[in-house]
Amino acid sequence: MAQAVAPSKEMTFGEAGSALAFAGLALLSIIIAAKAYTPEYAFHAYLFAAASVAATFAIVNRYYERPAQLPPQTIGGKPNYNMGPVKFATIASVIWGIAGFTIGLLIALQLAFPALNFDTSWLSFGRMRPLHTSAVIFAFGGNVLIASSFYVVQRTCRARMVGDIAPWFVVLGYNFFIVIAGTGYLLGITQGKEYAEPEWYADLWLTIVWVAYLLVFLGTVMRRKEPHIYVANWFYLAFILTIAVLHLGNNATIPVSLFSPKSYIVWSGVQDALVQWWYGHNAVGFFLTAGFLAIMYYFIPKRAERPVYSYRLSIIHFWSLIFMYIWAGPHHLHYTALPDWAQTLGMVFSIMLWMPSWGGMINGLMTLSGAWDKLRTDPVLRLMVVSVAFYGMATFEGPLMSVKAVNSLSHYTDWTIGHVHAGALGWVAYISFGAIYCLVPWLWNKKELYSMKAVSWHFWISTLGIVLYISSMWVAGILQGLMWRAYTGLGFLEYSFIETVEAMHPFYVIRALGGALFVAGSLIMAWNVWKTISAGHEAEEVSQATQPALIAAE
Amino acid sequence: MSFWSRHKIFETNSIILVLGVLIVISIGGLVEIVPLFYLKSTIEKVEGIRPYTPLELAGRNIYVREGCYNCHSQMVRPLRDEVERYGHYSLAAESMYDRPFQWGSKRTGPDLARLGNKYSDDWHRDHLKDPRAVVPGSIMPSYPWLEQNELDAKAIAQDLKVQATLGVPYSEEMVRKAENDIRTQANADDPNIADLARRYPNAQSRSFDGNPQKVTEADALIAYLQMLGTQVDFKLYDNKANVR
Repeated sequence: MAQAVAPSKEMTFGEAGSALAFAGLALLSIIIAAKAYTPEYAFHAYLFAAASVAATFAIVNRYYERPAQLPPQTIGGKPNYNMGPVKFATIASVIWGIAGFTIGLLIALQLAFPALNFDTSWLSFGRMRPLHTSAVIFAFGGNVLIASSFYVVQRTCRARMVGDIAPWFVVLGYNFFIVIAGTGYLLGITQGKEYAEPEWYADLWLTIVWVAYLLVFLGTVMRRKEPHIYVANWFYLAFILTIAVLHLGNNATIPVSLFSPKSYIVWSGVQDALVQWWYGHNAVGFFLTAGFLAIMYYFIPKRAERPVYSYRLSIIHFWSLIFMYIWAGPHHLHYTALPDWAQTLGMVFSIMLWMPSWGGMINGLMTLSGAWDKLRTDPVLRLMVVSVAFYGMATFEGPLMSVKAVNSLSHYTDWTIGHVHAGALGWVAYISFGAIYCLVPWLWNKKELYSMKAVSWHFWISTLGIVLYISSMWVAGILQGLMWRAYTGLGFLEYSFIETVEAMHPFYVIRALGGALFVAGSLIMAWNVWKTISAGHEAEEVSQATQPALIAAE
Repeated sequence: MSFWSRHKIFETNSIILVLGVLIVISIGGLVEIVPLFYLKSTIEKVEGIRPYTPLELAGRNIYVREGCYNCHSQMVRPLRDEVERYGHYSLAAESMYDRPFQWGSKRTGPDLARLGNKYSDDWHRDHLKDPRAVVPGSIMPSYPWLEQNELDAKAIAQDLKVQATLGVPYSEEMVRKAENDIRTQANADDPNIADLARRYPNAQSRSFDGNPQKVTEADALIAYLQMLGTQVDFKLYDNKANVR
């Protein structure tokens, strides 16, 4: 290949285009800030303006600092991976995790001791609870997914990530969305739809970021040096695509004005309810399941140094899971004004969903065949295996609770909260911790984590926390459900509502204790990550361990 | 060629994989959601359902803003204990103008679908200010700022207009008089009360927070809470006519 003589330095189309776009957005944001109906919205517009100015400056500055040629695709025949954005998202996930868990602890304490609402609007439970759910699902979980997907897609495709600015735009733009969403809840800006609280302008911004995410991911897959797309990437792709569809469907709103944060959804009443739970249940199915199954399919084989247990099972598991999950939404609306046929359909598919879920669990657990001894010696693998076990437990409990007769008791109670946390703390957080513990030494080129003992402590402390959390919520939920429907011998309702609230107090205290242990565990992780990066031993050479083998079709 | 090797086409072709995923995930949503828009049995035909008055709508927006749905459902299920505790089970028609719907998913506090007219305005005012002053065991946060904050309803006409675009039967007159209607409904002595009641049948007009000097957020929220679940007269409702 002939080397060009002293290539002249030129701005790429991406650099020039994005710098101009951000400059334009800065201008628009300032105009909106000036004419905003409410000070809260003006604050957000100024945040947009400041971030846009900073982005424009950073892009231009980066152009002047960089050499004339963009980074090469390969160095010495090996792919020149782009790990900067992955590192950022990994650190962000650790920080957001601690923030999200701590807010969870605060709202758990608020339910036990209402004085902790401090009679202050932005600290009150109704505004803090969406902050907690968004911080753990979208900030913590989302950053883990972006970091791991950008890492996995490059390694399994043996190709540098597509785009120069685009990967940074995805990571930073996504985290900016989190800031807008979170500050919005505290200021009272919300759509009032669970797990989809951000208002129209935040949704619009996320749409742009998400399209960039899809393009970077898909572009990298297309650049692959391997003929087959690795199974983890199927799951990442299904997650990215489906979340895009769900996001657009559930956030179809008309703003009151360009200068107002308020919007009204195009669906209403019963239709809005089903669209919401079609979204809500599949945020669980695709954000919190498919995306994290992708993590399972890469990190467990890698850590255990064993191939995925069954290639055929992964095919069946993949297609049946993504097909059936979509139907399960109506089980959130049992016995409501939603037509019975839709409720029944939702229940039937929820029960069937048990099978693909356990197919995935079996595929993950059995990958350890011949390597079970590593559970004794490797606390990181232990975290990930226990997470798959929790996945199996939560995906058994879910179908059970979707049965209408069970749901009539469990719905609206803390049993649901316990179920969600079995999945969120046990499955999602544990597989994420495992991925973070794997990624940090790999990304910063360290031999291993600073302290394996600290990982063990993290594991045991937070496992105790999860057990306290889940078991207290089972008791609380079933107790409250039974109290609501208890009758005296004379045929009157036995308990007033407030008596059932008072009965919850001890369980709320135990739950908060469990949450505190979980927070403590995450602080140990943050310390360990920090020490690994700053004081860990350098790896002798970049480990190029074999990729997890995908057995070719027979 | 075995069944398993046919899967190769998805594994080696990213666009076919993308299309496959999109088709597979579309089916369930389409089958469940689309019929709700054309099956007539989805929403019952009932007398009495009207759009929210501007004051009620502003109150509903405060309900959404404060995240009340995180702890309160608005959906009475057709179960013996719920019907006895809260009242007639909820009809789909009763939330047909709700954007967003607020059926909720958790009852840390009681269901509110039939809250209207169960307690006095004074009770609501005291309860919002300090729930434990009227219900000692309550774990609800206090909302003292609601009766202090003046209601910001300068743009309420635009809210009605957007809802009208979406199909809520707000007439041009309702949009035009929206801002005025807010003041009218929050004052028991306003001369336009009869006019308001003509546009919005059964709308209750009075100072809901007990302070006629200004229209506060508490006025709006209590006006909303006092109308919840009161629109349908269940003495006249015939559920046989709406077998669904």
